Amino acid sequence: MIGAGKMKQYGNVLEKPLSKGRHEVSLSAFAFLFSELVQYNQTQVDNIAELERRLEDAGYAVGARVLELLCHREKGNRRETRLLGILSFVHSTVWKVLFGKVADSLEKGTEHEDEYMISEKELLVNRFISIPKDMGTFNCGAFVAGIVRGVLDSAGFPAVVTAHFVPMERSQRPRTTILIKFAEEVIKREARLG
Amino acid sequence: MAPLPPRSGDAVFANVEHVNAELFSLTYGAIVRQLLTDLEEVDEVNKQLDQMGYNIGIRLIDEFLAKSNVSRCADFRETADVIAKVGFKMFLGVTASVANWDTEGTSCSLILEDNPLVDFVELPDTCQGLYYCNILSGVIRGALEMVSMKTEVTWVRDMLHGDDVYELRVKLLKQVPEEYPYKDDD
Repeated sequence: MIGAGKMKQYGNVLEKPLSKGRHEVSLSAFAFLFSELVQYNQTQVDNIAELERRLEDAGYAVGARVLELLCHREKGNRRETRLLGILSFVHSTVWKVLFGKVADSLEKGTEHEDEYMISEKELLVNRFISIPKDMGTFNCGAFVAGIVRGVLDSAGFPAVVTAHFVPMERSQRPRTTILIKFAEEVIKREARLG
Repeated sequence: MAPLPPRSGDAVFANVEHVNAELFSLTYGAIVRQLLTDLEEVDEVNKQLDQMGYNIGIRLIDEFLAKSNVSRCADFRETADVIAKVGFKMFLGVTASVANWDTEGTSCSLILEDNPLVDFVELPDTCQGLYYCNILSGVIRGALEMVSMKTEVTWVRDMLHGDDVYELRVKLLKQVPEEYPYKDDD
């Protein structure tokens, strides 16, 4: 019925009340859209690294907005200033809102002080994707890596974030690991804060 | 086996897996921004969005038919109803209404009040010619083409341009008769 429960008009997007974030769309709607994103970007590049970089850029734009949104809604306008705080914010809050669950694991790299890893057995964006042989190490997780980088960078923790497949025992499909390598300044600041 | 009765949009939506609508709308936003950067011209972006929608539509129709148990529609009126009540609900979780039929029953408007693509969106002055949701019209055109209907889908009203609802005009251009051998499963 037209007119029933009609939305109020707002002149400005900022005047709109913040949604509670409980709306959902079907997984296939997202999968279709994501596959178009990948296919479009494939037409714009001539190598895998470039394709990953473009997907990461698209993710970055999402991440920057997610940080802003979630700091308003979930954290009373506060954002994390400590390394472990922001990492667990990504691993729990961000993951829960975007993917409906906390990430499978968050680990510190054993070889390097500045590396952390978030692992996911079945990453949403890799679920309907199989990588053709000739595309080598390409990983659609680059989009999620971009989201993570977008969140971290906007929160003042610049980092290099990459997605990798890690084979798993007793499973056909590899898990996806998001490798986060923080910039030197972040590690120094963290050491100073003690 | 007798064909199963068509399911309501709500029933189908309740039975599929979901993702957060914010991830969906922000991802769509990222796509639109990428297109604006790459193509520079707003008209080109409209075209590319429509093309992407078309690509989605020709694949989405399979899932739609498989999950909704909808079979052949008797006429275009029924088609429009099914798109509005089942199609939109099943994929985007919203319902559209059908209005403004012409006398021949070959064109009508789909009216959307909620649109999960446009959360957090405001069009800057430089993008006034952009049909932000143009992917939707491509989806409808592509999906209907796969069930032998050539259509033309255009935007009439758009809340991002200050209108009070989203209105998509769907016009049936021609019904392509199926040729032998029939592709029907039943």
